[in-house]
Amino acid sequence: MPDNVANSPLLEVDDLRTTFTIPTGDVKAVRGVSFTLDRGRTLGIVGESGSGKTVLARSIMRLNLGTNVTTTGTAAFDGNDVLTRSPSEMRQLWGSEMAMVFQDPMTSLNPLVRVQRQVTEHLCRHLNLNRSEARQAAVDLLREVRIPDPDTRLRSFPHELSGGMRQRVCIAVALACEPSLLFADEPTTALDVTVQHQILNLLSREQADREMAMVLVTHDLGVVAGRTDDTMVMYAGTVAEYAPTVSLFADMRHPYSEALMRSIPLTSFPSHTRLAAITGRPPDLIDPPTGCAFSPRCPYVQDHCVNEAPPLVEIDDPAHRLACWTPVGSPEALTAFEKNLAAGLPQAVAVDVSTTWSPTGGVDG
Amino acid sequence: MAGTGKAHLRPGDDVLVTVEDLVVEFPVGRGRTVKAVSGISFDIRSGETLGLVGESGCGKSTSGRAIIQLPRPTSGSVTFRGVDLADLSDEEIRQRRTHIQMIFQDPISSLNPRRTVGDIVAEPLRVWGPSDASEQEAIVDRMLDSVGVDPDTARDKRPHEFSGGQCQRISIARSLVMLTNRGNLHRSRRRSRSSSRSRGRGRGRLLICDEPVSSLDVSVQAQILNLLEDLKAGYGLTMMFIAHDLAVVKNISDRVAVMYLGKLCEVADPDTLYAEAAHPYTDLLLGSVPEPDPTVEIDEGLIEDGELPSPSNPPSGCRFRTRCERVTDLCSSEEPQMRAVGDDHFVACHHPLAAVAG
Repeated sequence: MPDNVANSPLLEVDDLRTTFTIPTGDVKAVRGVSFTLDRGRTLGIVGESGSGKTVLARSIMRLNLGTNVTTTGTAAFDGNDVLTRSPSEMRQLWGSEMAMVFQDPMTSLNPLVRVQRQVTEHLCRHLNLNRSEARQAAVDLLREVRIPDPDTRLRSFPHELSGGMRQRVCIAVALACEPSLLFADEPTTALDVTVQHQILNLLSREQADREMAMVLVTHDLGVVAGRTDDTMVMYAGTVAEYAPTVSLFADMRHPYSEALMRSIPLTSFPSHTRLAAITGRPPDLIDPPTGCAFSPRCPYVQDHCVNEAPPLVEIDDPAHRLACWTPVGSPEALTAFEKNLAAGLPQAVAVDVSTTWSPTGGVDG
Repeated sequence: MAGTGKAHLRPGDDVLVTVEDLVVEFPVGRGRTVKAVSGISFDIRSGETLGLVGESGCGKSTSGRAIIQLPRPTSGSVTFRGVDLADLSDEEIRQRRTHIQMIFQDPISSLNPRRTVGDIVAEPLRVWGPSDASEQEAIVDRMLDSVGVDPDTARDKRPHEFSGGQCQRISIARSLVMLTNRGNLHRSRRRSRSSSRSRGRGRGRLLICDEPVSSLDVSVQAQILNLLEDLKAGYGLTMMFIAHDLAVVKNISDRVAVMYLGKLCEVADPDTLYAEAAHPYTDLLLGSVPEPDPTVEIDEGLIEDGELPSPSNPPSGCRFRTRCERVTDLCSSEEPQMRAVGDDHFVACHHPLAAVAG
């Protein structure tokens, strides 16, 4: 085993399932996800709120606290399963081997602690630096994440910084001990588009310079395009489609990936272009549908989809995996769509461009 | 513009709202003020959607709120249906607000968590609507239905039982109850001679949407954008749409105004703005929109901190000069004025990008 560690994937997740037990039942947030991530590669995880993408990242990081969480499956980091490690063993990994940048930079920094102590905490713990060495390292880190005047900023409290600055500090904290795997969980959702652009550029550059593997979790396909090697589209706790980013965008096969793509207003569209929104909402994960989870919202749904869940299988390109009975562009999909449109199924009607609307009978979407 | 001027204002009877030289300042103690909005002018025609776009802290939400006099602007005029709202008493403003409604960014915190959805949507009717309870209920049901919320299941639930997108639909319903309600006309007619009765149903009503989709997923965002377009067409509303995402603003607007640090930069119809952005700031905003296409080259150069200067001590001359690549001495000494660079295309910049006569 130690011989092939260098060639083995950095992270190998197999059939990961995370369930939260709440008074009304078991919420199956992640329902059997498998993927591998090689050293220095980037993976984008895309899906709506509630698709399980954040829970997946937090399960691998072992950050789902509480007694009501059960995680099964394996998540091998460097060949060793992290899911069976003790909390003190995890503390050794956090920061030094795997680190995370969270969505909301205000709540992930301690509001009562100055920037300096938050950045140097890991440096002192893992690298045994003394105070002045740690301070110098913190100044260098802040400079690296492009914070102007780092000496002054070290004495600031988080509330004295703008949202973009706070996220830069969070990135500095995460990068401090040179982790080999970085999870970025919606790092730019709370930020302006201009700041989002800067932060994503910063993350891309750090990832490339440090040859660090990165998992970028987001709800926006625009964020993963051009910034990740592979993309995994998640829906209702399962993988809908998994492919190299370039081939995914060139050939989207899952109706959910296609639907997410259609929801994005593109600047190349003329003004007032009607968006083909996805109707309805993600399913209840206490009692998920028996068939394909996306079938209640899918314009290509057939009887088969409702009765049996499709497995995640390789299609013509072995790197491209898909869980769907009626892939986009297939003859079955076309037949099913025409049938659904004729039957007036809302999800097919919403995609049909000739939709009309009246003030009394609103169209959901 | 990062500048001033009124070249882009349009004459005519069909202009519903005209804002001129609007200034909003907030005292922050020790004699200092934050200059949130520093003299902007714009107008909105009846039935038009004006998109106001800019980064956080540029004063776009403050401008929207200044129209409904919340709070009253420091100076400048807001003319709504020919009447300057600044001259009106608080009671008169309260009556005007039945014709101007607002929806907010965070749909969950803008709904009272302790009240039921039916109560929340009916509240405006309790003040202005028909006094008959069953009539009120019918209006509430109709409104919930038209925003895509099932009234029978939603009426007795509370906001926390709904997702963010559903809550945003409910707050849209609450605004529309007022804007589309004819009952309020009966009550206010006695006090206000300029009743909009002759203008027809819903016409001349303004809906101010303050970042209504910023906290929503892309899929829900698309649903809400479509819904707003449908409601606008169905009820003949006039909208002001405030957002920081140019792609969203382009989709919904008839005219777009780009704002930077309390000033306007550029005004144009959306297709022109995207095809021939004249202001360097518009260009920066456009370059920041994440394109869902891996073959599009990403401008990786933008990493440095590029954030708004402090609005309590803005740069002299053009306010964008500290982040602008085309800056010259002229930009720091003289403030650019709004001028036409094309058909209904105005920019406030000394060195606009488009090679057009100005």
